[in-house]
Amino acid sequence: MNMLDIAVSYNRYRFLGREFLTWLWYELETNANRAGSIDPEIASVEIGDRMVLENRGPAGLEVVTIKGDDPGLEEGLTALKKGALVSELTLLFKAAEHQWRLSLKGESLHITGLKVPKTGPVETEADMDGAVLEKVFLVERAVRLIEGLFSRFIRIRISDRWRAETVPAIQKWIGT
Amino acid sequence: MGLMSASVSLSRFRVEGTLEPPVLETVEKGLKAHAISEFGDESVEKAVGWTSFHTPYRADFEDHGFVVGPHAVFSLRIDKKSVPAKVFQKSVAEASARRLAQSGRAYLSKSEKKMIKDEVSQQLIVRMPATPNVYDLVWNIEDKVLWFFSTLKSANEELESMFARSFQLTLIRLFPFTMADLTAGLSDAERDALTKLTPSKMTA
Repeated sequence: MNMLDIAVSYNRYRFLGREFLTWLWYELETNANRAGSIDPEIASVEIGDRMVLENRGPAGLEVVTIKGDDPGLEEGLTALKKGALVSELTLLFKAAEHQWRLSLKGESLHITGLKVPKTGPVETEADMDGAVLEKVFLVERAVRLIEGLFSRFIRIRISDRWRAETVPAIQKWIGT
Repeated sequence: MGLMSASVSLSRFRVEGTLEPPVLETVEKGLKAHAISEFGDESVEKAVGWTSFHTPYRADFEDHGFVVGPHAVFSLRIDKKSVPAKVFQKSVAEASARRLAQSGRAYLSKSEKKMIKDEVSQQLIVRMPATPNVYDLVWNIEDKVLWFFSTLKSANEELESMFARSFQLTLIRLFPFTMADLTAGLSDAERDALTKLTPSKMTA
């Protein structure tokens, strides 16, 4: 894949990221335990305190941002009904007593604002290497979860199931 | 915001190409060849190069100090000089006034104004200290995966270009399409189906 292909594919398939985040919200709302099959130690994955939806209609771009400790997600559903898709969301997930928090941007799937459980104190250079390895492990856990969820989405997305089952189910969820 | 910050942001890459064995020596050689150097030419506005994760203001890659477990951990440093706009405006006004006084004319030509701006910019750049920005990266050489701890477009572009120059390897940014194409484990038929996708309508 050359650099031109990369730039072209970024633009041509940018809808995939927004469809993924919309699907993810639907999945988490209708079956919160699905992440368990990607990482059995993950007890829960939930939508966090921020979500951005974009509607690229003929009237131009309309952006709806929902935030707060208890975000009013019904406002998000209203935006979906009007044809918007999720362009950014915050996720929280827990394994044992530890919590991870991150934001995902649909277009790039960049992970931003990732907060992982605290690593041990660093007093010597040897401690530093240990802390780096621990941090990498904790970051990797978040990366693997996102990759696992995306991989599941894309397999459904390219299958006949997407049109036959998933889209009607999402449409039904949006309508309820 | 680096790897050890309380809150991190990262871009992910797939590394394409093969390093010449012995791999760690090749990486060390590439790091040393393109390590950040302190400003030799004071009129240069920007310096870009690799530096050590542990000591970002002293690039030291001896004894494979960049190896942490299965990862290479080091940083990209971008040192930039910038002149505050108001300092620039003031200096240009002063230089213009001097020129007018010397020439005895009431106005400066367009080309004179441009020349003054260029000269002032060069003089100020030399006097300005460079601001260093350090961006950490974690490269799992065996898995051909690299995380760059910044989502800034300019820093990511510097990384891609510096990485190619240093190691003769290509970084492929991972975003929805490339993740699906390169990392989701799809068959050829599935990848073919991927390229034919068009947006779905989620409302009935």
